[in-house]
Amino acid sequence: MTAAQILTLTIDGKHVSGLAHETLLQVALENDIAIPTLCCLEGLSNQGSCRLCMVEIAGTTKPQPACVTLIQEGMVVITQSENLRTYRRTIIELLFSERNHICAVCVANEHCELQTLARDLGVDHISFPGRYPALPVDASHDRFVLDHNRCILCTRCVRVCAEIEGAHTWDIQGRGIRSLITADFNSPWGQSTTCTSCGKCVQVCPTGALFEKGRSVAEMLKKRPSLPYLVSNRTREQQ
Amino acid sequence: MNKPRLATLWLDGCSGCHMSLLDTDERLLDLAARVDLVYSPLVDCKLYPEAVDIACIEGAVSTAEDECRLRSVRERTKCLIALGDCAVTGNVPAMRNTWGTDTVLRSVYLEREALAARIPTEDLPLLSDKALPLHTFVKVDFFLPGCPPSADTIFSALTALIEGRSADLRLNTGFGT
Ligand code: SF4
Ligand code: SF4
Repeated sequence: MTAAQILTLTIDGKHVSGLAHETLLQVALENDIAIPTLCCLEGLSNQGSCRLCMVEIAGTTKPQPACVTLIQEGMVVITQSENLRTYRRTIIELLFSERNHICAVCVANEHCELQTLARDLGVDHISFPGRYPALPVDASHDRFVLDHNRCILCTRCVRVCAEIEGAHTWDIQGRGIRSLITADFNSPWGQSTTCTSCGKCVQVCPTGALFEKGRSVAEMLKKRPSLPYLVSNRTREQQ
Repeated sequence: MNKPRLATLWLDGCSGCHMSLLDTDERLLDLAARVDLVYSPLVDCKLYPEAVDIACIEGAVSTAEDECRLRSVRERTKCLIALGDCAVTGNVPAMRNTWGTDTVLRSVYLEREALAARIPTEDLPLLSDKALPLHTFVKVDFFLPGCPPSADTIFSALTALIEGRSADLRLNTGFGT
C-alpha cells in the first residue's frame, strides 16, 4: 500500500493539512473551522446542491462548494467574507420564499436545520415575495407523513434510502422550481412497494417535511442515525 | 431632553406580541419612565399622532384598512419595527395565501358544522386575498422575528433604540419558537 499523500493548505489564515482524497469541508471540520451546510450529511454521498458551503479559493474567480472540492497543495481558502455571508443569507431567504414555511406552527419548530441556519446567519426577514404554492401533504403511510410545503429538495431522503437502506423508494420528479420528492413512480407513499418503513428518511430530513405521524407542533425531534457506523459495520459483514 | 415618543399597533396578529411586551414585567416601569407612549391598544387614543419616534407593529397586513393605517404610520414615524413573525413574514395569517381567502372563509364558516352558517361581514373590514408582511408595503427599519419575540428581545431592542445604539444590535431571535 502506498502511503496516503498529505497536502498542506491555508484556510482562513490557518495552516492545515489533510489527505489528498479529503474535501475542503472535511479538512475544515477537522480543524474546527465551521462552514454552514444543509444537503450534506456524513455517511451519504455529497452532491453539492444547497450551495451553503461555498468558499473563496485564491486564484479562482467563482466561489466553490467545499463539500465536493478536493484539497490541493498550497490552496488558500476563505470560508467567511461579507460576500459569502450575503450569498448564504440569500440562499436561505430563497428557500423560505419558495414554499410555505410557518415555523411557529411547524412540527419541526425548534428542531429544524433550516430554521437554525436562518437564525445563525442573521436572516431576520425574507426580502423576496412568497410564492405560496398549493402543495399536497402525503399522509398515506401508516407511520410517516411527507409535507411538500416544508421540503427544501436537499435529497438527503433520496440518498439515505438508495445508498444506506438500499430500497431507493424516493426520487425527484419534475424540473426546477416544480421539482417534488416522489415515492416509487409517483405513488402515494403508503402504496409504495419498495418502502421498508425503516424511517431513515424521516430521521435525516433536516426540516419538517418528513415526520412521524401523531407529532404535533415542535414535537418532531429527529434521531439522526449514525450513518458512517452503519456503513462500516456492513462493509465488515460483507468481507 | 424630550422623551422618545413610542407607539404600538396591532394589525392581523393574535396580540401575543403585545402580551410579550407586557411580559417584561417590572422593566415596564423602566420603559414607561423613559418614553411617552402616545398610541397603542394599551392607551386610549383613537388617532395616530404626528412625529412619533418609534412604532412597534404587530401582525400581518390583511385588509385595505391595515394597509392604509400602516402607510400613515410610516409617514408619521421615524423608526418602524416589524414586531413578531406575522409582521415579519406573514406567519399564521398568511397560511390562507395558498388557497385564497374565499376558500378559507367558506371552509371555516360554511363547510364545518357551524350553528349559524354564514360568513361574517358586518362592521368588519374585507379580508384581502393575501396576508402579507409589512415590508411588502413600506420600509421597515427593524425586524424582530419570533412567535412571539421574547420579552427580553423586545426589551433589549427598545432600550437600544431609545439609547441610540441600535446600529450594531444583534438579537438572539429567529422565526418561530
Ligand atoms: S421546516 Fe423548518 S424552516 Fe420550515 S416551517 Fe418548519 S421549522 Fe420553519
Ligand atoms: S423531504 Fe426532507 S430530506 Fe427529503 S428532500 Fe425534502 S427536505 Fe430533504
